[in-house]
Amino acid sequence: MKMYKGEALKMILTYALASIIVAWILVPLGLIFISAFAVPKEYYNIHKLIPLAFTTENVYTLLFVLKAWKSTLNSLIVAGLTIAISFALGLPTGYSLARFMFKGKDTFKLLIIGLRMFPVIVLAIPFTVIYLKIGLADTLIGVALAHTAMSLPFVVLITSSLFSGIPVDYEEAGMVFGLSRFEAFFRITLPLALPGLAAAAIFVFIMSWNEVFIASVLVLVNRTLPADILVSALNAPDPLKFAAGFIMVLPAMIFVFFARKYLIQVWGITIR
Amino acid sequence: MRGKNKIFYHNFLPYLLLLPTGIYMGVFIGYPILETIRLAFTHPYTGEISLYNFQRLSRDFHFWNALKYTFLLAGIVIPIQVTLALGVSLLLLRRFKGSNMVLYIFLIPLTISDVAAALIWYNILTGNGYLNRILINLGLLKSPLHFFGYQYRSMEILAIVITEVWRATAIVFVIIFAGLQMIGKEYLEAADVFGASTYQKFRYIILPMIKPSLQTALIIRTLFAMQIFGVVWILAGRDIPILAGETYYWQIELKNPNVAAAYSLIIACISIFLGFLYIKLLKPEYLER
Amino acid sequence: MVSVRLENLVKRFGKVTAVDHISLAIKNGEFVVLLGPSGCGKTTTLRLISGLELPDEGRIYFDDSDVTYLPPKERNISMVFQSYAVWPHMTVYDNIAFPMRIKKVPEDEIKRKVKWAAELLRIGELLDRYPHQLSGGQKQRVAVARAIVVEPAVLLMDEPLSNLDALLRMLMRSEIKKLQRRLKVTTIYVTHDQVEAMVMADRVAVMNKGRIMQIGTTEEIYNKPANLFVAGFIGSPRMNFFEASVSDTILDTGYFKMKLPEEMKQVLEGYETVIVGIRPEDIHPVERGIPPGVKPIELEGRVDFIEPLGSDTIIHLKIGEILLLVKVPGSYIVEMGRKLKVALDFNKLHIFDKKTEKAIL
Ligand SMILES: Nc1ncnc2c1ncn2[C@@H]1O[C@H](COP(=O)(O)OP(=O)(O)OP(=O)(O)O)[C@@H](O)[C@H]1O
Ligand SMILES: [Mg+2]
Repeated sequence: MKMYKGEALKMILTYALASIIVAWILVPLGLIFISAFAVPKEYYNIHKLIPLAFTTENVYTLLFVLKAWKSTLNSLIVAGLTIAISFALGLPTGYSLARFMFKGKDTFKLLIIGLRMFPVIVLAIPFTVIYLKIGLADTLIGVALAHTAMSLPFVVLITSSLFSGIPVDYEEAGMVFGLSRFEAFFRITLPLALPGLAAAAIFVFIMSWNEVFIASVLVLVNRTLPADILVSALNAPDPLKFAAGFIMVLPAMIFVFFARKYLIQVWGITIR
Repeated sequence: MRGKNKIFYHNFLPYLLLLPTGIYMGVFIGYPILETIRLAFTHPYTGEISLYNFQRLSRDFHFWNALKYTFLLAGIVIPIQVTLALGVSLLLLRRFKGSNMVLYIFLIPLTISDVAAALIWYNILTGNGYLNRILINLGLLKSPLHFFGYQYRSMEILAIVITEVWRATAIVFVIIFAGLQMIGKEYLEAADVFGASTYQKFRYIILPMIKPSLQTALIIRTLFAMQIFGVVWILAGRDIPILAGETYYWQIELKNPNVAAAYSLIIACISIFLGFLYIKLLKPEYLER
Repeated sequence: MVSVRLENLVKRFGKVTAVDHISLAIKNGEFVVLLGPSGCGKTTTLRLISGLELPDEGRIYFDDSDVTYLPPKERNISMVFQSYAVWPHMTVYDNIAFPMRIKKVPEDEIKRKVKWAAELLRIGELLDRYPHQLSGGQKQRVAVARAIVVEPAVLLMDEPLSNLDALLRMLMRSEIKKLQRRLKVTTIYVTHDQVEAMVMADRVAVMNKGRIMQIGTTEEIYNKPANLFVAGFIGSPRMNFFEASVSDTILDTGYFKMKLPEEMKQVLEGYETVIVGIRPEDIHPVERGIPPGVKPIELEGRVDFIEPLGSDTIIHLKIGEILLLVKVPGSYIVEMGRKLKVALDFNKLHIFDKKTEKAIL
């Protein structure tokens, strides 16, 4: 490779720094994986630099003895509901903002952007009071509805940006050949936007899956995983905490691995 | 009929499509905000409108501590995050083999919750953690370093800071890196041609040009910092009181939604105030019309 | 103030070879123009000289020192970018001052020089504005001002006048040229405007597809094009070309034959098919009288179309399937469709080998 004079040293420095960055992120992750599967005896022996005997017992105990599988399931349900609700609400809105000019559009957009910045934990307290009145107290749908406050502005902004990126001509061409506006949307625009929408869905999933404050305030019995861990972690033995950390980290990382290119695009949109 | 249809589309369809979101925002955001205000200004026992909750807070040293620690943590964490994010952005601006991989890896924490991040660092810093293992096995320490527990509060703060930097630098990074990439490369080339040093390029070209992204990053990070909860709660519990933690404590442990609402309201007001402050202070004048 | 020598420079972008074995020696203080169609590698060549891009092969020397791998900031150059690259967050004043500030020029001198450059480029009233408040042409002049205030060893300009109106462009042309004469700074100037190139250059390098097709003075390029490309690229209207087979001293186009003087026999020896070129101004209607010094080759054709341009008229003359453009003074009137006898000036005839496209005569 062609290089400027004196560039070799800079390159070495660059790689050195890059390695430090990579280690800074990956080493803690690797260590929680190790601890999650370490045999407790090995873990508690501080004179062993790294536990070398592994077992699935910690994860098993956490999931099935302490019934964390239930809260994991709850978390999945809440995330799924949040995705469904925020897309049902946000998709038409994003489409409307992308395709139409109308009075009040800018105000509405500003409202959405403002909401994106709004500290949603503020909503948690009144939700408890309101949910008691309308019978949503301690329900997963209640948590999902609250999480929607967090994810909706992102879904609107992402979908509107995605739809803006698909020329309206495509839809109009479809309409010229006899599709109704709705058919044109479902058969032309939607398929084109699908990869981006999938990434947005993952984004919402991660938001909801990771959220702890609202979830732990709103649900006392049917807790989600982070809420469950928040409450019980303090009393659990360390190896179980690490198993919990492992279980929480895993799905998000798997999703991100498969959708990383799209996710960067989506993150780019949400912060504009 | 078709003509009517058209008018319908153009006049009502856009609003019809906004309607679900609008209703949601009214019911699930607008109304709860009002409810927060009502709760905060309602006496928890008599049900009358009163300033009781706020008076109660002002006499509570936990409140002042929470305020102090929330700001203290933000004040320590945010500058580190911004510096680190800026550094990594500049590093990744030099495209090198594998720079994309480094980018993805640095973004991983975006997907990790505060609770999980806290557990990840607890794993390293706790008595049996890997830091102590290394230090003890290398013979550098006789007995483990303590990061957790009421009597080690300054170490708890250190642990929280490390965790927050590890977890949430990525969001600052994403914003700054996006801003950096939007700088046309010929602006930097022009600086090169006229003999600017690396530092001069950074100080006089890059920094002023990414001011808008820096502003966004600062606002977002600060607002999140005011809501810091999971990391502190897991690592330090109430040893280090923070605003969101106190909200949780009053709501869940003391079952007093009125005081909790007062806390919420204070978080919201501080957030809004800081947001405006940043926008006013950091507005780049060359974008003004 | 240095001489610049390019040796066999090659720059590839993936499959595209943007610069293809370019060699060029530029004397100290010389004004060389790179001229060529869009995409021929002018900007890339300039970027190689500036150090913004590194060549895949070849070397670059400033005087005798090899600067091939020196970063731009160590080359003591200055440059006008094709896209201006006027920094958006600095006022016009600060943009022009920035290169001098880097060189630690005292502020009062900076002030003086900014004023001087701004006046030269007619942007004196714009100094307090930000780039987004400027038109394209104004930004371009800021870019030029910024480049000339630093007195570099080599001044690189990439189409610095492309966005100005005709009048301003003419004005700036002469200002830049005068300035360059005065400062004696080695200058490499890119344009695709041949008039600009020919007016300003000490020497013009005509480029095509990443190669230098010919380098020479305006006069050489115009009168002695080294190949078909240069002959066709320089001059407006374009040179007339037609194919002819060679037998002895007779050129046969299939529609008419031209008898060349006997001494051409040796020159044409060994060629079978050639391409003949003649500029429209070197063809004269016989009825107007043939100017002195012209060695006529007479032909007859039909007037197919007339383009009156005011001072000149372009006559499209058809001889069989061959179209000849003839440039005559605007005062000369011919009717469409009539027969017209013309004389080609043998002295101005260009003959190119069909295979290599190189000039034979
Ligand atoms: N960074 C690049 N990546 C890929 N191809 C490039 C790059 N820069 C230039 N090229 C290609 O190299 C060739 C020469 O480009 P160059 O910009 O030097 O042309 P130019 O003569 O300056 O044209 P113009 O008159 O339009 O400015 C073109 O085919 C262009 O597409
Ligand atoms: Mg160019």
